[in-house]
Amino acid sequence: MNLPETGPIDPRVFDEPWQAEAFALVVHLHDRGAFTWTEWADALTGEIKAADDRGESGGGDHYYHHWLAALERLALKRGLAEPEALAMRREAWADAYRHTPHGQPVVLGA
Amino acid sequence: MAHDHHDHDHDHGQEPPSDMALRVKALESLLVEKGLVDPAALDAIIDTYEHKVGPRNGARVVARAWSDPAYLDRLRADATAAIAELGYGGRQGEHMVAVENTPEVHNLVVCTLCSCYPWSVLGLPPVWYKSSPYRSRAVIDPRGVMAEFGLTVPDEAEVRVWDSTAEIRYLVIPERPAGTEGWSEEALTELVSRDSMIGVSLARAPETGA
Repeated sequence: MNLPETGPIDPRVFDEPWQAEAFALVVHLHDRGAFTWTEWADALTGEIKAADDRGESGGGDHYYHHWLAALERLALKRGLAEPEALAMRREAWADAYRHTPHGQPVVLGA
Repeated sequence: MAHDHHDHDHDHGQEPPSDMALRVKALESLLVEKGLVDPAALDAIIDTYEHKVGPRNGARVVARAWSDPAYLDRLRADATAAIAELGYGGRQGEHMVAVENTPEVHNLVVCTLCSCYPWSVLGLPPVWYKSSPYRSRAVIDPRGVMAEFGLTVPDEAEVRVWDSTAEIRYLVIPERPAGTEGWSEEALTELVSRDSMIGVSLARAPETGA
């Protein structure tokens, strides 16, 4: 069952930076009134339920995958972003990485 | 074999990060451009949850409740307000409810639907709290789940399971360990673990704690 991961307090809050960023985006957008917390919980619940139904949610390791999927879905539903723009922007970031020398900050349009 | 894979990236660019990281960057940068998101606010939120908010907040609430009967009364009457007295506020505006363990009643908290959790007093939830087995089994078989954490609740005690929601979050007030009479609040705080405030363990006994 793999339940307890006992020991003292988990020192690492986020496993990877993107998880922290996705977390903060939701809290911030809610603070600014982009959606209510109930709407957010519903969106997250929907993603987790779908993963549960697929047998994929498992040990909670994919929690922030669901979190990000719920955020994207809610952002699109609310018209905060458009699907095409998101896809293009994703590619633009990938390109920016490929063309930025190591050790330099990655910026769009570099 | 060693030279099978030449690096074609002659300008020594960087390997793009994971798809998840690119998706977050894409969304974030679009929202920043539209003025919907302030990057400095994002940094502040991350800093808060990585460094400032954690189970110590809840432990202070519990230690105060153990030490100050008037505070305990206020916590029972309006936990949101009593917790705010110590400077901890729920940023989602959720309503806090304190549930007290006694020899007759043991409380256990879960969020069966997702992962609602009292961030302001416990920080962000541990991985197991978000796991499918915990969410599905805590309600059906709470004693079995607690046993997996090494906690056996006496048969004569009632187990109450509280299902958190977006609106209501629960904080378990564990029983004060015996042998702590006269302890300072600060010393008591050391006995209160995160897990004891979720209900999957007890407050530490003085012999093994502190």
